[in-house]
Amino acid sequence: MTVAIELEDLHKTFGHTVRALDGVSFDVETGTIFGLLGPNGAGKTTVVRILTTVLRADSGVARVLGHDVFKEPDAVRKLIGLAGQFAAVDENLTGAENLWMVGRLNHMAKPQLKDRSRQLLEQFGLADAADRPTKTYSGGMRRRLDVAASLVSHPKVLFLDEPTTGLDPASRADVWVMIETLAAEGTTVLLTTQYLEEADRLAEQLVVIDRGKVIAEGTPATLKASMGATVLDLGLADDVTALRAGEVLKAVNDKPPVVLGKTVEVNVNDGPRVVTEALRILEQAGIAPTTLALREPSLDDVFLALTGHRTEGDTVPNAADVPEADGRRQARRRGRS
Amino acid sequence: MTTTTIPVPQPSAGSPPSGGRLYWAVVDMLTMTKRNLIAYTRVPEAIFFSSVQPIMFVLLFRYVFGGAIPTPGYHYVQFLMPGIFVQTVAFGSIGTSIGLAEDLQKGLIERFRALPMSRWAVLGGRTTADLCRNLFVMALMTAVGYLVGYRIGTNVGEFLAGVLLLLLFAYALSWGFAFIGLSAPNSETAQLMSFPLLFPLTFASSAFVPLQSMPGWLQAWAQHQPVSILCNAARDLMSGAPKADLVFPPFTSAASTGSTSSAVFWAVIWSLGILLVLAPVSVRRYKRRAL
Repeated sequence: MTVAIELEDLHKTFGHTVRALDGVSFDVETGTIFGLLGPNGAGKTTVVRILTTVLRADSGVARVLGHDVFKEPDAVRKLIGLAGQFAAVDENLTGAENLWMVGRLNHMAKPQLKDRSRQLLEQFGLADAADRPTKTYSGGMRRRLDVAASLVSHPKVLFLDEPTTGLDPASRADVWVMIETLAAEGTTVLLTTQYLEEADRLAEQLVVIDRGKVIAEGTPATLKASMGATVLDLGLADDVTALRAGEVLKAVNDKPPVVLGKTVEVNVNDGPRVVTEALRILEQAGIAPTTLALREPSLDDVFLALTGHRTEGDTVPNAADVPEADGRRQARRRGRS
Repeated sequence: MTTTTIPVPQPSAGSPPSGGRLYWAVVDMLTMTKRNLIAYTRVPEAIFFSSVQPIMFVLLFRYVFGGAIPTPGYHYVQFLMPGIFVQTVAFGSIGTSIGLAEDLQKGLIERFRALPMSRWAVLGGRTTADLCRNLFVMALMTAVGYLVGYRIGTNVGEFLAGVLLLLLFAYALSWGFAFIGLSAPNSETAQLMSFPLLFPLTFASSAFVPLQSMPGWLQAWAQHQPVSILCNAARDLMSGAPKADLVFPPFTSAASTGSTSSAVFWAVIWSLGILLVLAPVSVRRYKRRAL
């Protein structure tokens, strides 16, 4: 295979204590979409910043299209596009002016830049807003302009750091289509995401990192196989009832249920059967769930399956022992939906 | 390692026209300057309100405090205005730190660092745009000075030399304050961090009062710090030497004697010194700062 991006044993510590990367290695094949998956604080952004020459690693090797990012940063910069975690657009400039600025700083010739800019604004549905200062743009428009800016110079390798965070579903779908189109044209795309769904839809290869370490890699299919296809979420009246429910529900599934405070989660492979079965068993035990939901496994579930701990980083196997852990997790889910 | 080496890709359709490193450094700097100037035109109220404060200072010192401040050798307004000019451009350099802190906050510095642009251009473009703003501010403050009775005490040539000197000083300070902008967690903090530096420089100086009125320990500081030296030089070039009919006790420092050439000389040295020392330090900060 030909490799577009290589990382070997990257280490990065901020200050003296915060170990952002603790020996990260992986390869990205040319012309593919590669997903870097992990919770907040896992080190995803640090990896992207090192690969885009924005940050220096403490040790390790990183190459983009054969160029060492530490020794030949300028060569790397000429080949890449970066859309960072924030929509990095100058809000006092118009959409067209933002593309002009990034294009000129990429040392593009003016006539080519003009054509390219018009084409991108068209493609990203920003043609009508091209001459308005971007402070009047919606969040989705800013994000699209940000991605457009990263494409001005026809990069061979594109880095997208959480490109759809904060976007509404329609804009998210637009960005997905755009990423797929680019990959089809031969651009190598490395994207970071917190959403399993997004990685599943786009990425051919995935790496999951947690606390600066690679904890799993493979295709989305192999990752999903590490857990059930769906998750059954049951809400109970109180913690005690939840523990009882967890006990009786051991009968319905190979994998034991996980009790988190007042909720019980069961990773299942055939949802409909388990739901009927679970309700029957609960009724026999005299337990009435207050809520019931079948859902896709979340990144949290992947993490639980891979590491035995939740994404927040608690090492206590049974999170019910730590009441606030559940609250934090709920808050995160709400924030994500 | 399972890697096969990739040949270096050929330049794509959008590849740059050829040009040397220095050529592109200048182009990058001009691009960044233009970007910052466009931004100024989009928020004219920012320029308007940043001009209000120096005007208030003129009115305050000219009409409220001025009558109580004896300035041997000068009418107070002639003494005051060069000091006001120095104070205004010195405080203007806060704008440099705020602008860079905002770029940092909004993720623009991250984007710039991933671009194949000169590492000097972000700071160079910001300081050059601020230089243009200072030119405008100087014109405005000169007009305000005329309205409150200030008159050029030398000739237009020397006055313009004074303006140039002030712009050089402000440009040097901007490069220094860029460091603060790149070190602060956000623009509000950048502003707060700048004040404690500027306050002792501008107020414990010869900008508003003659140094002789200060206690000895303060004089020792005020006499030798760059803002006083700039004020003396600006006063020499813009208001002229002290009038002979009033006693003007000579300053002890070589940098602030009545001699025009020596005050101006030291002002230029200070400005160039600040620029040559702090510009590389700030650029290093730009390159190294963790995001």
